Amino acid sequence: MSSPAGEPPALVIEAGRTERHYWADLWRYRELLGFLAWRDIKVRYQQTLLGAAWALVQPLASVAIFTFVFGRLARMPSGNEPYFLVVMAGQLAWQLFANTLGNTSGSLVGNSHLIAKVYFPRLAVPLSTVAVALVDFAILLGLYVIALAWTGTVPTFRALLLPLFVILTLLLALGAGLWLAALTVRFRDFRIVVPFLLQIGVFATPVGYRTDFLPNWQALLSLNPMTGVIDAYRWCLLGPGTAFQWHSLSLSLAWTLMLVVTGVWYFRRTERSFADII
Amino acid sequence: MSDDVVIRAENISKRYRISHLAGQGTLRDTMHHMARLAWRRLRWNSKLNREDFWALRDVNFEIKRGEVVGIIGRNGAGKSTLLKILSRITEPTTGRITLKGRVASLLEVGTGFHPELTGRDNIFLNGAILGMSRVEIRKKFDEIVAFAEVERFLDTPVKRYSSGMYVRLAFAVAAHLEPEILIVDEVLAVGDAQFQKKCLGKIQSVAQNDGRTVLFVSHQMNAVQRLCTRAIVMQNGMIAADGPAHLIINGYLKQSAPTTASRDLTGNDVGRRGTGVARFTHIELRNHEGRSSPEILRGEPVRISISVHATKRIPNATFGFSFVTADGVEVMGSTATDEGISHELSAGVHQFSCLVEPMILNPGRYYIRAAIFSSSEVFDHIDEMIGVDVLSAASDQAHAPGNHWVGHVYLSYNWKHEHHSP
Repeated sequence: MSSPAGEPPALVIEAGRTERHYWADLWRYRELLGFLAWRDIKVRYQQTLLGAAWALVQPLASVAIFTFVFGRLARMPSGNEPYFLVVMAGQLAWQLFANTLGNTSGSLVGNSHLIAKVYFPRLAVPLSTVAVALVDFAILLGLYVIALAWTGTVPTFRALLLPLFVILTLLLALGAGLWLAALTVRFRDFRIVVPFLLQIGVFATPVGYRTDFLPNWQALLSLNPMTGVIDAYRWCLLGPGTAFQWHSLSLSLAWTLMLVVTGVWYFRRTERSFADII
Repeated sequence: MSDDVVIRAENISKRYRISHLAGQGTLRDTMHHMARLAWRRLRWNSKLNREDFWALRDVNFEIKRGEVVGIIGRNGAGKSTLLKILSRITEPTTGRITLKGRVASLLEVGTGFHPELTGRDNIFLNGAILGMSRVEIRKKFDEIVAFAEVERFLDTPVKRYSSGMYVRLAFAVAAHLEPEILIVDEVLAVGDAQFQKKCLGKIQSVAQNDGRTVLFVSHQMNAVQRLCTRAIVMQNGMIAADGPAHLIINGYLKQSAPTTASRDLTGNDVGRRGTGVARFTHIELRNHEGRSSPEILRGEPVRISISVHATKRIPNATFGFSFVTADGVEVMGSTATDEGISHELSAGVHQFSCLVEPMILNPGRYYIRAAIFSSSEVFDHIDEMIGVDVLSAASDQAHAPGNHWVGHVYLSYNWKHEHHSP
């Protein structure tokens, strides 16, 4: 690196200067992003007796409870599939969303020692937390495939479109998560608010029941951006009888676009003062 | 910008807002605060309950390629804020900095080390945090491990490391960074003496052999003297002096603790901390003849008298002082509690005096550090109150021809030399 020949351009630091090379910098720090993600995954399962099995226990318990409450007690319609498959498809989407949102919003405060002592594009921190949520998602997806084989259900070609909706889930969670992460730096209240919101969210979102048999409630439910996402997951993962919900999905897309744009804007605007107030 | 200048700072200032609202930072407080502000605006009362604190004010300097610059100054003088701005951790309120070349900053040893991960994992993680690429780390891996002397514990989680091993590993990673500009903040304050020496040597070789630019903050004057060609003194957020390291350091020590027989301490607040319930007001040294003098002969007694002003009654105050070298090493000292004395101070002025007999320090320049405290609080503490020159006694020539003194302390040694014929 000591060759004066290939000299990099001078870097100018000034108050309020929006760095033109911010995104290039983020790209340069992609390895750090990878290392942070790898650290989170590794630390999460270190010194746990059951290791990755824990990623199954929690969602499976939720699936069992929802199946019992909505399928058995409330006798909600399930279509052509066993009720627990309906719940599992919903749980796949919700768990990915909730984990990503929860991890992202606490990520800056959780890495405050880094933020106060080293420079790097701060976006790397919330972005790196996505990896842990994706690992948990992959484990549950594997279990879903086993459940399909066990019940003899054959997925349709639509399953190939699932990655698109996974990306949509991540973007939605990141958009909201960037807001919450930046706000948590300033107001620690949000550390209490986020788990509370997620707790309510799981009931306000059709995780345990499907919307296509509830025409009266569809409009109201689709105001929740996760409704469209879960509908899309069911369309991909359940049998051919499941209808595509254009209405709820278009609302989800609008929400996602709005949250990502404003989330990145707010994050970038406040990012410069993180080290001073964290 | 001229080709040689790699760092140029123009009119750098940094303001922090100190809010006087208790418990700022929760949503409730902010909402409350905003409501109050709105109310005041409505009433055309613009006086806000806020105070500005300027950590840096109009700082200007240029650093050329290959220079090794020491930044010295008291706590709170703005050194760390300056380094944080240069490292892009926080941005200046005004002004502009132009940097040429890759900057790596080491504001703390072991930033981002994770206690649950192994030494091997942490080398990669910490390297990435400091801005190294995976390829670079892999290339240097063996060198890092050898430097840190932790081969046997590479696959042990660092939470089981001794603090010495931890620091060694952390410094080793940082030492193998290869930036054009290296910014180091007081990292040598940790680790044992031997390792500190190794670190200094490493920084020295980075600067001298590779021609890199180094900015180095330290309270240890001997480290700055050894490493740096140039020194900058920071005071109250401004540059107080800038020039060749040895000149600046001498001037700095003289100014912060002049070598005089007596000194009024009321206006002095460099290197000073404490609650101020009791404050030092005056110090005086008397030599063996009872005369007021900053020059003390080795082997003779010296009397130190210090006045303290107590603002109220203090039931159990303890007074202590020590002799400190220019490098900040406390050579010897005493507290009144050593002698089983704790004083009840009434409000008003008190004088403590201590006869040190005999002066056993070897000739050289020392500084007197003193503190007055109780078991629960420090009332006043001054790092370097006054300078003392210990001179060699008339009889010393015989003991130490050529004034070659070993160590800081003199004792009487009885040497014998016997010859045994075979």
